[in-house]
Amino acid sequence: MHIAGMIAIGIGVLFLFLGSFGIVRLPDVYNRLQAGTKCTTFGCLFAVLGVGIVEPAWFWKALLVSLFVLLTNPISNHALGRAAKKSGVPLWDGSVVDKSRDFPSYANTEKL
Amino acid sequence: MIVSIFLLVIGAAIVLCLIRLIKGPTATDRAVALDTVTTVTTALLVILALVFKRYIYLDVALVYAVLMFIGSVAIARFLEKGI
Amino acid sequence: MEESLEQILELSLTLLMLGGAVCACVFKDLLNAVIAAAFVSLMAAILFYFLQAPDVAMAEASIGAALTTAIFVIAIKKTKRVEEE
Repeated sequence: MHIAGMIAIGIGVLFLFLGSFGIVRLPDVYNRLQAGTKCTTFGCLFAVLGVGIVEPAWFWKALLVSLFVLLTNPISNHALGRAAKKSGVPLWDGSVVDKSRDFPSYANTEKL
Repeated sequence: MIVSIFLLVIGAAIVLCLIRLIKGPTATDRAVALDTVTTVTTALLVILALVFKRYIYLDVALVYAVLMFIGSVAIARFLEKGI
Repeated sequence: MEESLEQILELSLTLLMLGGAVCACVFKDLLNAVIAAAFVSLMAAILFYFLQAPDVAMAEASIGAALTTAIFVIAIKKTKRVEEE
């Protein structure tokens, strides 16, 4: 039980570090949002549930913490991505496609 | 012993986010770095509760996980001119 | 946890707080300064947690990082965003 929990915490911590590394290395806001959302949500879930596995009496509260992380982190990152698009942050030069102008609520944002 | 390695790796992750918070060209970059460091901090608090062996310390992480998105959402609503 | 590792972590947290505080003083765009101040508040909460005061850490987390950010953003919205010399 102890070893399995420690392995889960190790996987989570590794993903948290990779997400932060992507925050530094990736070229523009949208790529950084991807690294900062998916990697860190997954890593935080694994770390918190690993703590719940190591101490079985704590499992339900750890599950509650991970549930709230799973609810609130995508909300804030989605709001940030929408705000970046609407306030006119340019895409990276190597970007291939931008489909957002097909949607009516983004139709009057300037061409990036 | 292995928990100390985890703590040091998480500290390195916070330092990387601080680098992006200093360098970031636009305000949105800095907001993304702040949001990432919030999530990393939640995991750090839960692991520290395991280190100190106190059940009650998980409540702090719970409050973090519930309340932290308010700041990011306020910044985002300000950036799209609509608060 | 060993004594030395605990001291190293507390020292590095204090240095991170110092870096965020210097950023909050230097930035001209006030929204960036608010974000740096929120970072300082986050690090202060972890430092309180290390010093065995979880109730103070909880208050610092909820007031310092969530409420203060929202109130500062509303204040910037009602005045102007960029600081002038």
